[in-house]
Amino acid sequence: MTVRRPVTRLRPRTVLLAGLVLLAVILVAVLVGAADLGWQRVLGELWAQLTGGRSPLSEREAAIVWQLRVPRVLLAALVGAALAAAGATFQGVFRNPLADPYLLGSSAGAGMAATLVVVLAPAATGWVQPAAFAGALGGVWLSWLLGRSAGSGTATLLLAGVAVGAFLAAVQTFAQQLNTETIRQVYTWMLGGLAVSGWHEVLTALPYIALAAVVLCVSARLLDVLTLGDAEAASLGVRPGRVRMVLLAAASLATAAAVSVSGLIGFVGIVVPHLVRLLAGASYRVVLPLSLAGGAAFLVVADQVARSVLPGELPLGVVTAFTGAPFFVFVLRASRGKVS
Amino acid sequence: MTELSLRAMSAGYRGRPVVHDVSVDVPSGGWLAIVGPNGAGKSTVLKAVAGLLPATGTIRVGGHTSLSHKERARLVGYAPQDPVTPEGLTVTDYALLGRTPHLGPLARESAADLSIVDEVLARLDLRALAKRKLGTLSGGERQRAVLARVLAQRTGLLLLDEPTTGLDIGHAQATLELVDRLRGEDGTTVVSTLHDLTFAAQYAETVLLLAGGTVAAVGAAEEVLTPEALAEHYGATAGILRSPEGELVVAPTRQN
Repeated sequence: MTVRRPVTRLRPRTVLLAGLVLLAVILVAVLVGAADLGWQRVLGELWAQLTGGRSPLSEREAAIVWQLRVPRVLLAALVGAALAAAGATFQGVFRNPLADPYLLGSSAGAGMAATLVVVLAPAATGWVQPAAFAGALGGVWLSWLLGRSAGSGTATLLLAGVAVGAFLAAVQTFAQQLNTETIRQVYTWMLGGLAVSGWHEVLTALPYIALAAVVLCVSARLLDVLTLGDAEAASLGVRPGRVRMVLLAAASLATAAAVSVSGLIGFVGIVVPHLVRLLAGASYRVVLPLSLAGGAAFLVVADQVARSVLPGELPLGVVTAFTGAPFFVFVLRASRGKVS
Repeated sequence: MTELSLRAMSAGYRGRPVVHDVSVDVPSGGWLAIVGPNGAGKSTVLKAVAGLLPATGTIRVGGHTSLSHKERARLVGYAPQDPVTPEGLTVTDYALLGRTPHLGPLARESAADLSIVDEVLARLDLRALAKRKLGTLSGGERQRAVLARVLAQRTGLLLLDEPTTGLDIGHAQATLELVDRLRGEDGTTVVSTLHDLTFAAQYAETVLLLAGGTVAAVGAAEEVLTPEALAEHYGATAGILRSPEGELVVAPTRQN
């Protein structure tokens, strides 16, 4: 009899299961959309594309599937994966279960930059996305600079993030007051959504998020070491400051890419990593990869709800909180006793 | 052979030295207890040797004076007074983190690393708790888990900062017996701070009394722990007794 070592690792079965769930969720989201094409017919189209057969869909209908639905679903998956993995990383780096990917001023930075573009150059809608990306990274960078100048620990960095976030949010509010007619546009962006997404957004966000995902997953063991605190990490030969910088840079890159294409979507970054911890264990070697998959699946479902519950379209950020919070409470209660 | 040698070492936080001019030698397989009143700088000495604080003077570990972070972590294991034990990690996962200095930056543990951890858990009687989360352990069990992590590091020198903090007398004794057994079996050198002077006298081979950041006395327990020294440096009135077995006991006596 072989003794299974009690080491928390990704087991092939878990990877397979997570992959299958994600694939199933994506498939359902592609089959069922706002335009009622009939799921059997969309399935026929997918089958035709795979095998080179005849599609039951007209050219216009096929365009709906391939130019609207598929990129939107994939973007939801990308954004969800990015936010969940970034959230898990922030929680580990700050050793704080309530840390989320927006902690270091990335949301305020992105919000400020997007608002400035909307207010000052309303015609340049194409600039909102790169501005939000730059704003998110700029916010984190400012927090990092400020935190470093004040000390070396995570506490000063956290406080710097709060200060930078408040400052940038003030600038954002001020800019918005300059032109109140754009409030609706700004507000819609802030609440988060994937309404205007196409392949362009997918391809813009993909490289950053993929790079960040790889960096985070290969450094997961170092993140485990970092959760022991700076002194113990250093006594194990790890340089905590350097590891922290790499991890935060990767997580912030993923967050910035996500924010720039989807606005501010809360809750994913907090709920998904905790769900993963409850179900699979606390080692980041499990938490990070499963958060990627879990965040992707969660946001695909949330976006599906966002666009199908009401005749109009709900902001995605509202849906993630509305569905995520009760689900989280349910899992917390169900696993009572397992959580110490 | 001398495992640890300090010469005129000063160390502290942000350029403000807390300890001055500490010189001491600890032979391989020896046990040095650092004692002294609160704020004397006991933990500072350990942190400096572990490379966690800037220090001047000479710190020689296993014959080396200049070591990289990683090299030092392969020679020196350090258990802080108040170790962070992430409550969701299992005992095995936690102990495995002790293998970090032996791995490449992005490498995973090999089967050899896993069997080292297995063996350490067995030695510390932690096998039954291998799958338990740290948050569910009692104080004594958690202390053993921390020891397991440090032992998995496989270092010749162990720095234990108050290893009996928060433990009752039985668990404290069991922990020190365990450290002493490991020392005997592996020839590991131990440097520990201990606030309990009786334990220090009974387990350590050499006692270093630190007061106000400098070495007040160093030597065998009966030479260092005298009623006069305790009065002078601790402001304590205490008698030094012998147990029926002949072991030193530091017994506080009421002042009026």
